[in-house]
Amino acid sequence: MSVQTDTASEPLPQTKRDVIPLLLPVVLALVTIPLIGSASTWVTLTVASLAMGMMIFIMASGLTLVFGLMDVLNFGHGAFIAVGAYVATLVLGPMIGYVQADSLWLNLAALAPAALLAMAVSGALGLVFERVLILPVYGNHLKQILITMGGLIVTEQTLYALWGPARMPLPLPTSLRGSFIFGDIAIAKYRVLAMLVGLVVFGLVLLVLNRTKIGLLIRAGVENREMVEALGYKIKRLFLGVFMVGSALAGLGGIMWALYREEVHASIGGELTVLIFIVIIIGGLGSIGGCFIGAILVAMVANYGGFLVPKLALISNILLMVAILMWRPRGLYPVTNR
Amino acid sequence: MMILSGDPPRSRILSLLLILIVAALALAPFLFPGAKAMNVATKICIFAALVASYDLLLGYTGTVSFAHTMFYGIGSYAIAIALYAMGPTWSAVATGIVVGLPLAALLALCIGLFSLRVQAIFFAMITLAVASAFLVLASQLSWLTGGDDGRSFQLPDLLRPGTVLISKTLFGFEINGRTLTYYIVFIASAAMILTLLRVVNSPFGRVLQAVRENRFRAEALGYRTVFHLTWANCIAALVAAAAGMLNALWLRYAGPETSLSFTIMVDILLMVVIGGMGTMYGAVVGATMFILAENYLQSLMGMASKATASAGIPLLPNLLHPDRWLLWLGLLFIASVYFFPTGVVGKLRGKKG
Repeated sequence: MSVQTDTASEPLPQTKRDVIPLLLPVVLALVTIPLIGSASTWVTLTVASLAMGMMIFIMASGLTLVFGLMDVLNFGHGAFIAVGAYVATLVLGPMIGYVQADSLWLNLAALAPAALLAMAVSGALGLVFERVLILPVYGNHLKQILITMGGLIVTEQTLYALWGPARMPLPLPTSLRGSFIFGDIAIAKYRVLAMLVGLVVFGLVLLVLNRTKIGLLIRAGVENREMVEALGYKIKRLFLGVFMVGSALAGLGGIMWALYREEVHASIGGELTVLIFIVIIIGGLGSIGGCFIGAILVAMVANYGGFLVPKLALISNILLMVAILMWRPRGLYPVTNR
Repeated sequence: MMILSGDPPRSRILSLLLILIVAALALAPFLFPGAKAMNVATKICIFAALVASYDLLLGYTGTVSFAHTMFYGIGSYAIAIALYAMGPTWSAVATGIVVGLPLAALLALCIGLFSLRVQAIFFAMITLAVASAFLVLASQLSWLTGGDDGRSFQLPDLLRPGTVLISKTLFGFEINGRTLTYYIVFIASAAMILTLLRVVNSPFGRVLQAVRENRFRAEALGYRTVFHLTWANCIAALVAAAAGMLNALWLRYAGPETSLSFTIMVDILLMVVIGGMGTMYGAVVGATMFILAENYLQSLMGMASKATASAGIPLLPNLLHPDRWLLWLGLLFIASVYFFPTGVVGKLRGKKG
């Protein structure tokens, strides 16, 4: 805390924009062009990584905000992803006629309510999670980790009890199958949709965080929780809201991921949790921008790596994380001083 | 009290319970000679040691690691690969031990040192990531590990079930290689648990507890907490690897499902929390309760499931299905974290959590 002595006429000090992390994915994409050799393969891989990165970002964004705001590490975040995916089958199952129709609008008319319901249900589950599980263990990391793990186990097992342990197929709607073909470049249609949805979500999140009062309070809470409380704002209610929105986004990510894989299984929550953790560690816990770049980096390394050195791709995420943490021990955009 | 390192159970019921468990396990080959019962008894021994080593981390230093099964797996695979590659000889067993234990300790040291560079909360996430990468590696490097099928191998002659050491005519019980293997497991596990008890009651263990209570103050008192945490991590990894070796010896097999999977990690977490964190005895009680439940509760649930299904109650048969036992243990786990954080042992000792 520096002492401010100067007059009010002087402009507020601007924080310097840190652009090096922003350049990372660009550099990575450019460096791989000569390595891959073929332009059409490179475009396909790049689009694939951007689409995958967007989906991961949607799932991870809530988790990183929740940690930044309340210092709560939710190991049960994967539960919301799985719940979102299962709820989608509830809607898409009866609307199979719309899903199989060869019309983009009918397909979207089936997908939109599915996505909305998935978000609503996982958001509601987030409310229960926060009130029942996390509220009593604020400030105790050990118990938080244990209790949210317990929540993940119970949710996963309940899903098994309700839907059975088998993998459920979730076919892509007809008009989202196949690819756009430009010359010898093929771009899968669903990936374009995933990218669009991801960009919209990222834009909305940034808009809310940077242009609204609630966003201002959230950002202030991430920086200094006590100070926001001292100014009379109920940060726990704010946190509940962020938690629910984060859970809803995880549910949205869950349905997108399930459509991407074209199957639903309760274990996707646990599987993706690892990936999401890597992303938010790389990005810097609590940072939305870092989370966005981290997600794209992880997806790029997975896609390019899988093409160039398939053997290495298995542990490429870990290597990426180690490299980033060697460079910036607290992630790309370190937010809080925790 | 020397053997318990001056840390007795401090509760009459707990003492009785422990004596009962230890006596039952010590006499298991004679009391419960069936194959399933013996498997259960062995698993209790191995997991008691494994969970005790996890308790050193979770209960005494307050750090959550998700890489504990990785060390368990390293031990299992070290024995399995050595015996698979070198044939069923004692020198192969020795090679497995000599390679496996230092490897586990070295990896634990690396993770410990690496996680020092970052914040403490990262430790849980980084171990989770490393462990999942290791699981993928183990199932992909099939030339070394046998991939998803794992490695089956032969034991040295002395430990085979066919080797009869004392025939049935002498005492009415047959002592064969399998019985001998069981006693190796039993004695090694008991020795490891007693060693861990010694460790946590040493000055070193007191520092660990100080770090758990308040790392900053422990540091202010002049302890190099980083050094202590890393050491605790290494000791826990060593014991976990040794437990993995015992597991491989008993199963004559090592594979990703039996030694590395995330399910085992969750099981360990459940056992240590339900048994009682930071007590060591909790590991024994928790492992026994959990594994008995895993093996015998399921048939009970199966009956309940059938009964409710025939009564025509919806949903309940699914929730009581034998495969859903983890659901109920998960609920018990959440309840334990809230209502009795010191677990069964803490409850029996009558202290407030």
